[in-house]
Amino acid sequence: MAGKKPRGMGNGESGIGNARTSNGRASRSTAQGTPDSRFPIPDSRPSSLLTRAQKLDLYYWMRMTRSLEERLVALYRQTKVVGGLFRSLGQEADAVGSAYALERRDILSPLIRNLGSMLVKGATPLEILRQYMAKGDSPTRGRELNIHFGDTERGFIGQISPLGDMVPVMAGVTLTFRMRGQDRVGLVYVGDGATSTGAFHEGINFAAVQRLPLVVIVENNGYAYSTPIEKQTAARQFVDKAIGYGIPGLQADGNDVLAVYDVTKQAVDYARAGGGVTLVELMTYRRKGHAEHDNQSYVPAGEIDRWAAENDPLDRYLVVMREALGATDAEIAAIDARVTAEIDAATDEAEKSPPPLPLDALVGIYADPPSERPLWFRDGADRAVDVNERPEGWGTWQAPRTGSG
Amino acid sequence: MPEITYLEALREGITEEMARDDSVFCMGEDIGAYGGAFKVTDGLLERFGESRVIDTPISEIAIVGAAVGAGHMGMRPVVEMQFIDFIANAYDMLTNYVATARYRAFLPCPMVVRGPSGGYVRGGPFHSQNPEAGFIHTPGLKVVYPATAEDAKGLMKSAIRDDDCVLFFEHKYLYRRIKAEMPSGDHVVPIGKARVAREGKDVSIITYAATVWKALEAAELLEKEDGISVEVIDLRTLAPLDDEAIFATVRKTNRVLVLHEDTRTGGIAGEITARINESCFEWLDAPVLRVTAHDIPLPYAPQLEDFVLPQTSDIARAVRRLAAY
Repeated sequence: MAGKKPRGMGNGESGIGNARTSNGRASRSTAQGTPDSRFPIPDSRPSSLLTRAQKLDLYYWMRMTRSLEERLVALYRQTKVVGGLFRSLGQEADAVGSAYALERRDILSPLIRNLGSMLVKGATPLEILRQYMAKGDSPTRGRELNIHFGDTERGFIGQISPLGDMVPVMAGVTLTFRMRGQDRVGLVYVGDGATSTGAFHEGINFAAVQRLPLVVIVENNGYAYSTPIEKQTAARQFVDKAIGYGIPGLQADGNDVLAVYDVTKQAVDYARAGGGVTLVELMTYRRKGHAEHDNQSYVPAGEIDRWAAENDPLDRYLVVMREALGATDAEIAAIDARVTAEIDAATDEAEKSPPPLPLDALVGIYADPPSERPLWFRDGADRAVDVNERPEGWGTWQAPRTGSG
Repeated sequence: MPEITYLEALREGITEEMARDDSVFCMGEDIGAYGGAFKVTDGLLERFGESRVIDTPISEIAIVGAAVGAGHMGMRPVVEMQFIDFIANAYDMLTNYVATARYRAFLPCPMVVRGPSGGYVRGGPFHSQNPEAGFIHTPGLKVVYPATAEDAKGLMKSAIRDDDCVLFFEHKYLYRRIKAEMPSGDHVVPIGKARVAREGKDVSIITYAATVWKALEAAELLEKEDGISVEVIDLRTLAPLDDEAIFATVRKTNRVLVLHEDTRTGGIAGEITARINESCFEWLDAPVLRVTAHDIPLPYAPQLEDFVLPQTSDIARAVRRLAAY
């Protein structure tokens, strides 16, 4: 990133945000460095209340996220994944740590790099694999791609491709919590890119005006597709945008899973207490391309390797686990083995899943009527395309040159 | 001259216009350094520089709004929607502001809004859309949707030179599958003129974009298997429609199938059918039939997408029904 401020690299040290506190706690966004009195940063870190088992759980979810994506890469290369594959390599801490700060009854809306958040909320590896492989028994029955699915019972609502759209949607979700007198909080993720959309602006402004129990997390991973953040915003940092909406802003090291948990928990507690919306900026880095096809030619040489070597969220947390939790190699290996076994079992099952039935395409456009009829030229058909109907050369046959042009 | 792809033809059209007119410039998400999600604008940044090839934030409203503002001031912006599905974000700007600007405020809007469109690519509901119908319904916008590499280039050049806003739909299935040698010289294809893609005498298929190729495939099949001579009309421009070309083929074959990849209800096939009904009723030997996508958001799984979208066998079946009247 030519001309960009150097990013934080070392464990526990992150020079990304200018207003960062030194002890891993979140820093506040303030207009001219003036503390926001509505949002005092507590002296204690909420993560200090997590049990050892919970802290090992954080590692399990991060490892699951990474290993599941690695399995998807293998399946992608075997052409078993239909469509694109989106990685969250290097962002596992930001996804897992933030989702972990929610209660079971709370609802989040993930972004394309929040596989970890969805897993924490109860999405299963089998669902993810079936979804990527466009299987008939996948959560969307083959209608939607990748991790675009949700389950309001388990507390996550699926995203769509246009960015920022989930912010106003989550405003409506949290509006309902308040109207129904429910003690529930919403969390919506956006990337650095989505902050440039009208939907983001309108959604966060609406939620702020209504003081809704919503946490808006901006995952600043450096790039939106190929676009670096300095071409996305003229703001010094995304957390500064909070000021304009009249809400508190917090910023934390997104590759430190405990710091992510802490900052999210603060915002969640604030929302639950009736304070309203908080904008949280998590500083992280997207080590893979926008999707698997993207060769990242626009990334300055060495940048990715540097993040991989010096600021990998799993590597960093392994140090914490060994030093602060006294986790042994055997203990860690057992978690890794459990993850692998679960993914293996899920892969076997997903591969056996059937493709969707063509006629299922007609079901469920409306609640009533529950199904559409096939168009007249498909009467009696149970599939659209006969085997071998589409020759190799489809679309390349040259028309005789008649007419103008 | 070597053959180039549909995608390269688009790029050639943009490049030539940027070279001949310094008021032409490009804006969009990831179009500069990255060359665009599909690489349509690859190399333009190196050739024309950052002042004329502008990478934008993810802000379709701002991209289209800034384009029309520049258009008012004499520039000729060519802006990209990374996927045409995202043009929905700029719907207000296009329909309320751009489309009315000349009529209500006498402001010129010479601008092109272009982007990868269409399905058959397993792209799912947000990377496969054909949103042309809503814009065709809006007075003040022109809409083109080429099927061939020659037209991709020639229509792009016309669109850039046009003094009104042209929505330029590019079919992403065709980007790298279609190739042709470009006509020499300043190759311009007029907006508003359809093309006879295949001459025939028994049944006419009126269509555009990727389904032109499906119609041609069906036409070959029908000639071989049934001895039916099928004429294929490639509309190329959807607004304004080329009534003359439509009516000419109706009067020639007296049997018409209107085919499109867009969904059925409110699709342009209904409009074309109505025009034929109003102007050529006496020339018809059979009711005008439609083959379109089902009225369903486009699903991702191949088995589902294939079911929703029109296929060659559907076209053949419809033509046989017309021929049997």
